[in-house]
Amino acid sequence: MFRYQADKPIDRPRIVSVKAVEDESPIVRTIYFDDEKCSEALPGQFIMVWIPGVKELPISLSLPSKKGNSAITVKPIGPGTNALYNVKPGDKIGVRGPYGTPFQPTNGKVLIVGGGTGLAPLSLLCYKYISYYTHITVIVGARTSNQLLFIDKFQDILKGKGRIIVTTDDGSKGYRGFASEVAEKLIKTEDFDMVYTCGPELMMKAIFKASEERGVAIQASLERVMRCGFGICGSCCIDRYLVCKDGPVFNTHQLRIMQDELGVYSRDYSGRRVNIH
Amino acid sequence: MSSIPDLSVEISGFKMKNPTMLAAGILGVSIPLLRRVLEAGAGGVVTKSIGVGQRKGYETPNIVEVSCGYVNAVGLSNPGIDEFLEELQKSDISDMPIIVSIFGKSEMEFFELVSKLDKTDVKGFELNLSCPHVSGVGAEIGSDPNMVYKITKEVKRCSKKPIFVKISPNVTDHIEIARAAEDGGADGIVAINTLRAMVIDIETGRPILSNRVGGLSGPAIKPVAVRYVYDISRNVKIPVIGCGGINHWEDAIEFMLAGASAVQIGTAIAYKGLNVFNEILYGISEYLKRKGHHSVKEIVGLSHKF
Ligand SMILES: Cc1cc2nc3c(=O)[nH]c(=O)nc-3n(C[C@H](O)[C@H](O)[C@H](O)COP(=O)(O)OP(=O)(O)OC[C@H]3O[C@@H](n4cnc5c(N)ncnc54)[C@H](O)[C@@H]3O)c2cc1C
Ligand SMILES: Cc1cc2nc3c(=O)[nH]c(=O)nc-3n(C[C@H](O)[C@H](O)[C@H](O)COP(=O)(O)O)c2cc1C
Ligand code: FES
Repeated sequence: MFRYQADKPIDRPRIVSVKAVEDESPIVRTIYFDDEKCSEALPGQFIMVWIPGVKELPISLSLPSKKGNSAITVKPIGPGTNALYNVKPGDKIGVRGPYGTPFQPTNGKVLIVGGGTGLAPLSLLCYKYISYYTHITVIVGARTSNQLLFIDKFQDILKGKGRIIVTTDDGSKGYRGFASEVAEKLIKTEDFDMVYTCGPELMMKAIFKASEERGVAIQASLERVMRCGFGICGSCCIDRYLVCKDGPVFNTHQLRIMQDELGVYSRDYSGRRVNIH
Repeated sequence: MSSIPDLSVEISGFKMKNPTMLAAGILGVSIPLLRRVLEAGAGGVVTKSIGVGQRKGYETPNIVEVSCGYVNAVGLSNPGIDEFLEELQKSDISDMPIIVSIFGKSEMEFFELVSKLDKTDVKGFELNLSCPHVSGVGAEIGSDPNMVYKITKEVKRCSKKPIFVKISPNVTDHIEIARAAEDGGADGIVAINTLRAMVIDIETGRPILSNRVGGLSGPAIKPVAVRYVYDISRNVKIPVIGCGGINHWEDAIEFMLAGASAVQIGTAIAYKGLNVFNEILYGISEYLKRKGHHSVKEIVGLSHKF
């Protein structure tokens, strides 16, 4: 509730120094910095990152590390992510948040499916909740072998508690084809207590469908254009939900309600619908 | 035993089950989302402002928190009228108390917007003559009484639906502007839009908003807004809808005593989520009971007698 307090912390960009950068693949880089609030974020939550003079954009928190108490992992696809990808240690960026709903942990046997940079929030999930799970299957998908992310890190975290399945669209490593194809097969044949996924929306849609057919609970982390991050501007809407506030992690029930939009269209900065291919 | 007070209001033909509305530009153009706001308790909803063409809006950052509110410069992002018509066609809105906020830079543009929207099931229009940070539209037009008169008249000519004019606090004489809207045939005045403002980050020395300047909303502007509602409602005959910094039921009551027939809520959603509507309605209802009123209409403008 808002009652004005002179000493109330104001949620606006906190300027932090980049402590280190590390290449995860030829096109993906992790950026480390110190920020107490970010370091307390739960898996699946995101922050708004301000690159002064360029723009502000939503990015998930990824692995914690000694190189800084918080980390984000980015792939350059436009002006904002390009600028973020190219920051050097010592550069200043602004961070606000963390925002959004986190992944919920469950006990038992879980399937984790990540495509591309979608693996960023999933790695934090594995790291934080490893003790809850009796068995973990992680599917790491990418277009081609040198774009596979976090395989070593997942091996470290799993410590023999599960398996990692690699898929590449071109077959240069692991299974040849989409991560969703392997996921669909496993969901049909094995009993999972929960499926977690983050990545391209069509991949998540396919996994959602397979989970529905088998009656398995699922949590998926979605992406939409964001401006505020805390639920008033409306730019991140999907059906009756806001990705920044009701999500980014959505459960089975919510995914059912938004089925007509999920994997069908998103919206650009003007609010105009654009088809998802 | 006091009976349950009647919360319903009708503003120049626009019917709502209670006097709370969602303010323009909050939560966007998605009809399913606006329906959710109604389900959360709002008596009516106003859409994001729609113009003739698609607008991306300004680069992010678009909004930043300050000690007593937010400063935003979204830049009238909208998909354009034709795409918005498709959005309306996707859903059945016949039962929704929905007002479309529109903006334009000339009478011609307002004509195009209203003539296209008039055939749909939307219940009325709010003319955004008050956005403080986009040149050529909004407050730039809204500070010229002659333009306000001409645009309102033009819109009245093409539609029989209620027309509300939303005015800016960034003008020299707000009473003159409100009278110009009334003379042009407006069915109500919405007061107020955001106040021109700015935020600078002291570490980098940079203005935070990409547009550098924006509009202040939230608790910081409430006393300003109350004064506008008080002034305007004493000087025009058409109803006034209050907007600006409403966060608690007490704020809503204050606006109504000052002369508002209904209230719009925006920024409070950032603090409280959609629950804010129910919370405010419960508070209004309890207040009316305690004061022995049977209807919310009874308290509108009560402070004028002092
Ligand atoms: C909750 C959340 C978490 C995210 N986490 C990460 C992360 O950990 N790592 C990472 O690299 N990226 C992440 N993103 C995506 C990232 O925010 C966008 O890629 C970025 O905003 C694009 O900005 P840009 O200026 O680089 O490109 P732009 O020029 O804005 O866009 C380039 C292209 O990408 C599309 N696009 C832009 N934003 C989005 C979006 N949010 N969703 C889908 N398509 C978009 C545009 O339509 C355009 O085609 C996340 C997004 C969200 C919503
Ligand atoms: C993010 C944001 C976007 C807004 N967009 C619009 C808009 O498109 N049209 C408009 O008339 N007012 C717009 N406004 C102004 C609000 O409708 C309202 O007048 C103002 O915020 C004051 O009310 P509040 O303090 O309850 O938020 C916007 C305000 C905010 C915070
Ligand atoms: S980003 Fe503004 S409502 Fe979600």
